[in-house]
Parts: sequence; structure tokens; C-alpha cells
Amino acid sequence: MTDSLYAPRVARLADIRPMTELEKLFVVEFPDGSSLGHQPGQFVMLSIPGVGEAPISISSSPSRSNGHFELCVRRMGDVTGVLHRMKPGDFVGIRGPFGHGFPIEQMRGRDILFAPGGLGLAPLRSLINQVMDERGSFGRVIILYGAKRPAELLFRDELEQWAARDDVEFHVTVDRGDETWTGNVGVITTLFPKITVDPRNTVAVTCGPPIMYRFVLMEMLGKGIPETQIYLSLERRMKCGVSKCGHCQINHLYACKEGPVFTYAQIKNVPEAL
Amino acid sequence: MRLRVLPKGQVPDLVRALMADYRVWGPKAKGPQFAFEPLYDPAEMRLDYNISILSPKVALQPPQERVAVFRMDGGFTVEPVVEAEPTVIFGMHTCDLHALALLDRAFSADFPDAHYTERRQQALIVSIECLQPCDEHSFCKSMGTWTADSGYDLHLIDLGDAYAVYVGTEAGEALLAKYAPQARPAADAEVRRLNEVMSAKWPRFPHRLNFDAAELPALLATAYDHPIWTELGDRCLSCGSCTNVCPTCYCFNVIDSPELSLKEAVRLRRWDSCQLDEFARVASGENFREARAARQRHRMFRKGKWLYERFGELGCVGCGRCIRACLTHINIVDTFNAIHASQHRR
Repeated sequence: MTDSLYAPRVARLADIRPMTELEKLFVVEFPDGSSLGHQPGQFVMLSIPGVGEAPISISSSPSRSNGHFELCVRRMGDVTGVLHRMKPGDFVGIRGPFGHGFPIEQMRGRDILFAPGGLGLAPLRSLINQVMDERGSFGRVIILYGAKRPAELLFRDELEQWAARDDVEFHVTVDRGDETWTGNVGVITTLFPKITVDPRNTVAVTCGPPIMYRFVLMEMLGKGIPETQIYLSLERRMKCGVSKCGHCQINHLYACKEGPVFTYAQIKNVPEAL
Repeated sequence: MRLRVLPKGQVPDLVRALMADYRVWGPKAKGPQFAFEPLYDPAEMRLDYNISILSPKVALQPPQERVAVFRMDGGFTVEPVVEAEPTVIFGMHTCDLHALALLDRAFSADFPDAHYTERRQQALIVSIECLQPCDEHSFCKSMGTWTADSGYDLHLIDLGDAYAVYVGTEAGEALLAKYAPQARPAADAEVRRLNEVMSAKWPRFPHRLNFDAAELPALLATAYDHPIWTELGDRCLSCGSCTNVCPTCYCFNVIDSPELSLKEAVRLRRWDSCQLDEFARVASGENFREARAARQRHRMFRKGKWLYERFGELGCVGCGRCIRACLTHINIVDTFNAIHASQHRR
């Protein structure tokens, strides 16, 4: 039987962890125990039979695969709506991993500045945790994280771990605080004055909604970080994941093939990209 | 290049013989127009057609096809569905032949797409030379697609009472030997006749692009912010007709549809259009090509620049279908000419 690019592998939801009102973390495994074999920053196409398929970034680090991978999914549409009602042990379809992830080899030995906004932490966590697991082969690690409200902060247990580490400079902010929040209040760009970087030796990584990353990019450039050392993961509509269907096209680039991770230098002059 | 001659009267026999072993697609009358469809009777075939409404890509990438079946029973299983059968596409014009070269590259690149490539491998192409432009909208001469010297298995040229048949491949040779043994080598007089027919063809076709099509990628590189896109956007109804009829448009949607029993679901691939509002919209509601002007520009840049840069073939073959189909008279030739004129006035 000829195989199809569009026929997913069957995978099992090994565990489901609630994270916020809108997001859950899905731990996924293949019944035969095989690993996904992904790079940080790649994505999968997740299917629910009879409902549909959606592109989802991989949240877990390859260094922590243990035969499973993690998807942090916001309840948004048909597929994610049904997914959020599923139980551990239920089955989903997986195609991938697809796309061009973060070039971790080129980041070794350098300082890394992470600046995820909101759900943008989901793809960046795959890289952050790999860096944590291989902490010795990187320079300084700085994480600036912004969310709209305290209740929307993702991976809270890990945020606390990062905040507690001596070898990580961690700052978090929320656009609007609440009665329990004692930390920073303000958009993510208000965190940038708190840090200094050695621009030539720093790699900067961001992901988030367009209104957020447009300003974050300006802050990164303002720190003097070279355009070729600023990485951005872009969200686009995707139907195939294999550079055919046309949905994710950004001018001459396909987000599913050349991306979703691009350097700022690659896309700064590409209209519709940023 | 081997040349044979096949008397016209024997074409129905050839088609009938092919129909026994192949699904044969050919141009048929559809109201006052023509459409590529499977033939059930050789008499249905109209090799004198001017242009088909949809390009013969319908035989290789159907408007909708099944790509997988899910069977749900507690868990579920997935079965890929690759539907291909021995096929002959008979009577393809050379503009569409050039378009096929692009589709071949697009579906074979990076991740080969078996749904297309399997069908393609099982398809034989019998093309036919146009001796007249189809109408005032064709600009195949400008795009260099008004003839072809490769891409077909057999290529027919109307000599009056017979067809000259160029044999392009071994498969074409075998097809001719098995299904049209009456085809014979061309005599000197027939070669002279062929040369006359081809010489008479050239002046009948107008150049409609006011510049060399090879300049298109470079021309568009200067035209991203041209005011013409706003003008086209103001007129465009976002109906998607232009992309449906385009022989090089291959964008698609992937849709899952449950059977009524809820025991099975099919995954369908269906033509999609970059002209539709939701084409580039993501789940959060952000739409990366919200303006109709941006979508028209996207289409024209794909045709004139981006596909060329990726696959080495222009995405426009000059068939004129998008011009005929447009309800608001958006015209790709006029658009390219207007850009050229404005860039060369300065």
C-alpha cells in the first residue's frame, strides 16, 4: 500500500495536565514506544478523527523525550476544543515532526536571551529545557516572560524552578496584575531595561503574538544583538506541513519548511512576515 | 525526435482501443464551452476545442479526493488512500503541458506527494498543437508555451486529413505500436506539409505581453508596493474563480469528514484558493493576508516570481483562463503590462 503524506500515525494521550483556563499540556506517546525524533522548535500536525487537524508546536525538549513528547494546546477551535475534552488513554493522530527548528548547535557557547510572550512559551520551552539540560555548554541564560494576566502564566512549576536557579536570570511580568500578584506589571518590553547583554555573544529567541514580537524585536535590536542572532518562531495557518498546500506561505517562504523558526535577518525585508 | 503520421479517421479507433486499458480523459463539449472529462465514447472527444474551462490538472489533482480513511472503534486506525489508475490524457494543449511540468516539480519536491505522483506515473500524455489562438485572452506566445518540444508521450499536429505524431518517449512509442499500428513514418511530402503548417502558425499568435516574460521575476521584485494592487483589490470579489481555473494553481485544504455511522471518517484533499478571506487566517483570528489587494498581489507574485524562484518554471503559462473567469475583469496581462509601463516611464 502506498503511503500518504496526509495519513497520521496513531498516538496515545499518556497524560493531560491542566495549566490555565484555556491551556492544557498533553503528553503524547506512540503505542510502539518509538520517539518523535524532533528538534526544538519543530511542530506536529495533530488529528482527531472525523474532526480535523491542526498544527501544534512541540513543547518538550528532545533531551527529555523518554518515549513521549508534550504539546501545550490552547482551546481555540474545533480540533483543540475536542482535544480539551479528551481523557488520558484516548488516541489522536500525529504527523511530523515538521519544519526548521532552532539551530541549537550554533547556539552553544553563547549567551541566550529568551523572550516568549503568552502562548509563545509553548514552542520556546522545547529549547529552554534542552538548554537547561545541557546548561554547561551555554553562556548566560536570560528568560523574560510576559503574559496578559497572572492566571495565564504557563508552566508555573517550571517558572519557579527557573526563577530559583542561580545560573538563570529570570524576569516575568503581566500586563495586568491581580490581588495575588506582587511581581512586575507591564508589557514584556518593560523587562528589557532590567538586563544587560554582551550583544555579539548573545543569541535572542522570541515567540508570541505579532503585536508583542514586533516590539520585542525592537528591544533586541536596541540591545545591539545582530539580526542573524535573533530567532523568531512564526505562527501560520497550515494544512499539509510539507510545503504543498500554500496556506503558510509568507511571500516566497513557507513557514512549514523554511520556518517556523526564522532569523530576523531572513525575514526583516519579507512583507507579511512580521 | 521520431515522427509518424496517423490518418484522422483512425483516431476514434485509437481512443476506443485505449479506453479498453486506460481511463482516457479528453476535451468534451460542455454547453458552449469545453471540459476535460473521462471519455465514454470516442465520438465525444473534440480535438477542435479552443480551451477547456478547467485545465486537465483535474485528471491528476481532482477538485476533491480521499487521501486517508480513519476507522474508529475504541481507538482508531488510519489507512492511506492513494487512488491512481492507468490513464491517458488525450488532447492536452501545450500551455497545459507546460503547467504540468510545474505541477510535477511542486508535487515531487521535498516531500513527494504520492496522490499526485502515482497518478502522474500512470498517466500518458497525448498533446495537440494549437494552430490558432483560443481567443483574444490567450497570451501563450508571450509566455513561450504556444508549442512544446517535450513533456508529452505523443504530440499531434493537424495536417488536414492526418495528424503528424511526434513521439516523445518510449512509452509513447509503445502506445502507438500497440494501439495505432496504422501510424507510419512521415513521407517527405508530409514533412513539408508539417513545416508549412507550423510556419503558418507563428503569425496567427499575437504577443500580448509588452516585454520578455523572462523579465517578470525581476519586474515584480520592484512592484511590491505598486498602486495597482489596491486597484485590483477594490475590484476583486474574492470568489476564487481565477485560482480554480488556473492550470498551475495547486493549493489545497485538508478536511476531515465523519461518516454518518461515526465508525469511519475520511480525510479529503480539496482545492483551496489564496483569494479566499480565511486562507491565511490562524486560530487566534489573526489574518496575514486580510486585504483583497494583498491576496491578488500574492496570486500574481506566485505566478510571475515565487514559483519560478522555487521550481525554475514560471507559474503563468498564458492560457488566459483567469482572465475569462474573472467577474470583474481582472486581467493578469494588463496588470503585468501596467507595471512594466510604470516602471519604464521613470
